[in-house]
Amino acid sequence: MSGSAAGWFNRRGWRDVIIGSPYLWLVLFFLLPFVIVIVMSFAKTATQSPPFAFLPDWPFIRFDTYHRLFTNSLYVRAGVISVYNAAVATLLCLLLGYPMALAITRAGKSLQRLLIMLVVLPFWTSFLLRVYAWIGLMGKNSWFNKAITAAYNTFVPTAWELPGIQMMNTNFAVVLVMVYSYLPFMVLPLYANLEKLDVTLNEAAMDLGSRRWEVFRDITLPLSIPGIIAGGLLVFIPAMGELIIPSLVGNAGDPMIGRVIQQEFGQNRDWPMASAVAVALLFMLVVPLMLYNHFEAKAQAGAH
Amino acid sequence: MTAGESAPQQPDFIHIEGVTKSFGSFKAVDNVTLSISKGELFALLGGSGCGKTTLLRMLAGFETPTAGRIFIDGQDMAGVPAYERPVNMMFQSYALFPHMTVAKNVGYGLKHEDMTQTQREDRVREMLNLVQMSHLADRKPHQLSGGQRQRVALARSLAKLPKLLLLDEPLGALDKKLREHTQFEIANIQYKLGITFVVVTHDQEEAMTLASRIAVMDKGLIRQIGSPSDIYEHPNSRFVADFIGSANMVEAEVTKADGAETEVFSPSLGHPNLVASNGYRKGDKVTLAFRPEKVTISRKKPAAAKNVLKGTVQDFGYFGKDSLYRIKLPTGHVLSVNAVNAERAAAEQAVATWEDEVYLTIAPAAAMLFGAET
Repeated sequence: MSGSAAGWFNRRGWRDVIIGSPYLWLVLFFLLPFVIVIVMSFAKTATQSPPFAFLPDWPFIRFDTYHRLFTNSLYVRAGVISVYNAAVATLLCLLLGYPMALAITRAGKSLQRLLIMLVVLPFWTSFLLRVYAWIGLMGKNSWFNKAITAAYNTFVPTAWELPGIQMMNTNFAVVLVMVYSYLPFMVLPLYANLEKLDVTLNEAAMDLGSRRWEVFRDITLPLSIPGIIAGGLLVFIPAMGELIIPSLVGNAGDPMIGRVIQQEFGQNRDWPMASAVAVALLFMLVVPLMLYNHFEAKAQAGAH
Repeated sequence: MTAGESAPQQPDFIHIEGVTKSFGSFKAVDNVTLSISKGELFALLGGSGCGKTTLLRMLAGFETPTAGRIFIDGQDMAGVPAYERPVNMMFQSYALFPHMTVAKNVGYGLKHEDMTQTQREDRVREMLNLVQMSHLADRKPHQLSGGQRQRVALARSLAKLPKLLLLDEPLGALDKKLREHTQFEIANIQYKLGITFVVVTHDQEEAMTLASRIAVMDKGLIRQIGSPSDIYEHPNSRFVADFIGSANMVEAEVTKADGAETEVFSPSLGHPNLVASNGYRKGDKVTLAFRPEKVTISRKKPAAAKNVLKGTVQDFGYFGKDSLYRIKLPTGHVLSVNAVNAERAAAEQAVATWEDEVYLTIAPAAAMLFGAET
């Protein structure tokens, strides 16, 4: 290295390199591929390698893929099912995770560490292995299925009784496994948020005449909205594009977007269509996020 | 108000009867009995861990007494949850709700009151006027200074016009100038509204300027209850004398006690001393205490022969309005003496400086005697 380069590095270059590295990484491995995907979505399929081509004449691009995206029921259905599954999974994660996170913050310090470790513990085994375990549990011969079936049969009229509930290859299975898999992503940000809240505020509210549930409604819940949003995004975003869970336990007739993208890229070798679906997925995730950021920034600005 | 059948005979407004609070084997509050009258500004004064905050939290309903009972306006508070007590608290950290505006904070407690919306708004406005915060009603707590937050917290705790207001170290987070100003303001507001205030503080100056009566606490016990001047002039124990203000303390023995006068001798002073205290017998081991500002210092030998000590100035600090001298006695013992600087120019008391010989006079009325403590 020449003297001046070393001097530059020592003066301020090291800071630029440290700050710049992740951006360089994102540009190379996220932005650039995404631009390629966008460009590809305006091409047409071709029997060549790679299997797409642009029109020979002006304007070179075509919008056929996007037209199909909104008119072909396969893609519309996949979008609706993905939003539905992801939304239900997020809501269930919130309903399960919020009391968990709140209970953990109320536990003693050493117990808290143990409970948090237990929340993270499933990550120590392979995700695929855990999904296969669920396949075993959901089969009609498993104790889990039999127990649920027995519980179901005790509450319904005799005519509705079932020998075993069909769990595998249903949307129910997809949501169930997604809730199981993503619950820690809901609990951890919620815990981080709730743990920071000053319990004196609860006492102050109680002192001013609020019962426990009113304290929760007026103080804890509104102050934990950032945690709810963070946890919700961490569950909803991966759930929207989930590929493995619907492929393994879902119903092929009710595909989610991730599976459609895989099929278009793979079996169908329709890269432009796959790209268009991927772009659509990104917009479905990014637009609400940007809206949220916009209103959040507005609320912050209003407060100052 | 439903007065409980078991209300105490003495109709004290706040009555704390034999209250004990234990955490495991540790007694935070130990069999405290205390009465506070209506409209009083009462202070619980003590160091950290003395039990004053625990006592306050029991009044608020955040802690349940292990033993004993608490009556507020004749009503037994046992089993009455915090949200149903006619008591409000101003928290040390203020505990303002960060997501609510100043007006919403002040009005929060009124949601539960039987009032119309207009009445609630009027009350909020009235309270904000009282603490001079009306112009900032729409701000959020994080946009306020420490002093402003303190005012909002006070307004919020007063908004429901509680029978009893608890203040936990109300001035603790303020700087010195603001603190002096706020002290008088709190006392003023208390006088205006006539609400009974109980202030918890570790700062004796705060307690003395605010309160009409002070309870000095130590290790869960109340050591003395009295007016600020009572506690300062007539402390009942060595602990209180030492905790409130400063005092020179020497071990001594009673050498003469014939009813008219008591004379003690302390090896540290090397000179017999007459004191005004009574009730001691010859031979009693006692602690002789006297406050630095009650000792007269002069460079000329005073006319009075008794209670005069001779010493040399070892060190002194000039504080503007007064000076603090450290006087070394021939015995080697060092005493602290305060002299007001208004008298500095007087011929008799020309400025003493290092190594000067001076005479100290300890008037019999200024000396305090304490027997051996258990």
